[in-house]
Amino acid sequence: MESRYNLLTNKVVLITGCNRGIGKAILKKFAENGAIIYASARQSGILDVIAEELSNKYTTKIIPVYFDVRDSNAIKEVALKINKEFKRLDCIVNNAGVMEDALIGMATERNMQDTFAVNVFAVINIIQYAAKIMKKQQSGSIINISSIVGVNGNAGQIVYSASKGAVISLTKSAAKELAPYNIRVNAISPGMIDTDMFRSIGETRVNERIQKIGMKRMGSPEEIADAALFLASDLSKYISGQLIGVDGVTII
Amino acid sequence: MNNIKKYKKIFIETFNAKENEVCQLTYQSTPEWDSVGHMNLITALEENFDLMFETDDIVDFNSYEKGIEILRKNGIEI
Repeated sequence: MESRYNLLTNKVVLITGCNRGIGKAILKKFAENGAIIYASARQSGILDVIAEELSNKYTTKIIPVYFDVRDSNAIKEVALKINKEFKRLDCIVNNAGVMEDALIGMATERNMQDTFAVNVFAVINIIQYAAKIMKKQQSGSIINISSIVGVNGNAGQIVYSASKGAVISLTKSAAKELAPYNIRVNAISPGMIDTDMFRSIGETRVNERIQKIGMKRMGSPEEIADAALFLASDLSKYISGQLIGVDGVTII
Repeated sequence: MNNIKKYKKIFIETFNAKENEVCQLTYQSTPEWDSVGHMNLITALEENFDLMFETDDIVDFNSYEKGIEILRKNGIEI
């Protein structure tokens, strides 16, 4: 459903992981609301079509940027590019993430390293570079996508839940450190959202998990994008260091 | 203003230092150059020299002299 409130007109935004699921929904929602968006993905060329479509449809500018969020030099290059082209950065959405389930005893070193490299270390790196630009303009909104399992934990997700728990604590620390510069930092913890990533656990487990949702349905990526839109916009200008659960009352 | 004068001026203004002392300054040698002062220095240098330091450079930047070396590494003629 479209929701054109023009809440982000002329705001410059960087969104990571835009090629599918929640990232793609946030990209569309922010474009609808007039944002100028640097849309990132790892696979070169994958956002070219949607970027052109959204740019034309909403008369804004969607600029695809292709890099691996684990590459700190690439993050610096993107920050320099944004600074050069617009001299400002109003919002970042740290959405790119990986999920690999593993029972205790089966969590490999590689799984731990990869998960934390993408879900945690990259987020810290991006915040570090984004904050340089935001400090100069004395404003900004940083939105980190965590997960309900980062709050409550979940069997079979010791590594993933730890990484998403880290996202919550780094959000709170960054909010404290950046508040004097009027930079807000918040996190969203999605519950069970109808994405490829979530469905990768298999239909039986998906159905089991839906029974744990108070509203008895999965959330949609658009419902996460709505929360992100609120946090990116000036409607939330006095809100920082918060975790917003978007989970339809899920019990884990 | 040439780059070395600009560099020195940033140190003087950030740390409220005297001009004849500034070349000897090292990280935490003065109460003003603490971690918060350090980040203020980095922000001022990035703004004035139109660059972005890498995290390792920010950590290694522990003296007035070292800062010159790091600026040169980042393509600033100083």
